Amino acid sequence: MVKEIERYGIPIVHMATITTISESVGANRIVPTIAIPHPVGNPDLSKEEEYTLRKKLTERALKALSTEIEEATHF
Amino acid sequence: MKFKVLYYVNQFFGQVGGEDKAGMAPEFKEEAVGPAMGFNGLLQGEGEVIGTIICGDNFFNENKEEALEFIMNIIKEKQPDIVVAGPAFNAGRYGMACAGVAKAVVDELNIPVVSGMYEENPGVEACKSKAIVVKTADSAAGMREALPVMANITKKLVKGEELGLPEEEGYIPQGKRLTVFAEKRGSQRAVEMLLARLNGGEFKTELPMPEFDKVDPAPAIKDLSKATIALVTSGGIVPNGNPDRIQSASAQKWGKYDVSQRDALTGEYYTIHGGYDPVYANEIPDRVVPLDVLKEFEKEGVIGKVYDYFYTTTGTGTSVANATKFGTEIGKELKEAGVDGVILTST
Repeated sequence: MVKEIERYGIPIVHMATITTISESVGANRIVPTIAIPHPVGNPDLSKEEEYTLRKKLTERALKALSTEIEEATHF
Repeated sequence: MKFKVLYYVNQFFGQVGGEDKAGMAPEFKEEAVGPAMGFNGLLQGEGEVIGTIICGDNFFNENKEEALEFIMNIIKEKQPDIVVAGPAFNAGRYGMACAGVAKAVVDELNIPVVSGMYEENPGVEACKSKAIVVKTADSAAGMREALPVMANITKKLVKGEELGLPEEEGYIPQGKRLTVFAEKRGSQRAVEMLLARLNGGEFKTELPMPEFDKVDPAPAIKDLSKATIALVTSGGIVPNGNPDRIQSASAQKWGKYDVSQRDALTGEYYTIHGGYDPVYANEIPDRVVPLDVLKEFEKEGVIGKVYDYFYTTTGTGTSVANATKFGTEIGKELKEAGVDGVILTST
């Protein structure tokens, strides 16, 4: 899906835990995440801490979208 | 003397449990468990499964170094003649775990590894050049066909017999070129192929071209504060009740849902994904699709706008053909809607 959406010229960032899969499916902008059942969350943290964590990860995704790259890059 | 086989399976085939046990750390049992039992029988006394390593799929993929350290220590201690992993069919995390074990064992210990996977399993690409990966069906229904092929190859490898060609033996081509003697010389074979093609007949190339389908990175967003960002997920997040009945595995379709009036997904959304423990996502679906944070960024002016709809499907067991189709359809809508950037989350 990542590759087909990017084919339209829209920058796309893949947020996933198994980043080796991200690479093999052809994602160019990759943000490694926390865990498979909760990529952008962590139930072990307090609500506030968890929200801050999600904010950081999403900020990283936005940074990826606004950064020019030549090849597959982890952010 | 019987040759020694060490077997690797995940929590499900190791009969520990389903998704709720996917986080289990690796364990070793000095017996054949699950598919290893059937496999042991197929060795017909020539070899023996001396033990089974069982590891949760999530644990392996999330704590690869720790998992591998345990697994490699067991293998070093038990000194098997060969390691067998899976078959993983079309289970992506399981396939990646089998591939991780295979690569480490072949590279570091120089012990051969046999596994089994469906062709589209991401684990195939990750280890086919190191291990022999038997081509299997996409679900465990293909167990009975897969095990004899894996056992046969195992016996040959241990005995140092040369394997036949991939299609003869039933494994996925490793991308190696071997020297073989042909009856006819190359020019004649080429002309015969050409004639067959011109006559609409069947022919088989001797050198399939690898497929390199890469998409170049799209240009970056220049000004985030004016950009419309869309959320897409393969994590199976849908409105409660799953109104469009999106499949929980091997998805046939995707859905889009209006989130323009929402501050978060929590409350009216849950996951129908059949490939991970849903407890955390059901509690707070924003843990899979960060709508709450993105909406805050919109309010703060960090981004221009969160696109009105978010797009969703289930990634587990979904064929590459369907995923490609979904991506093409979703991408077309996003392009026409003038979306500037996409965040796609996967579980």
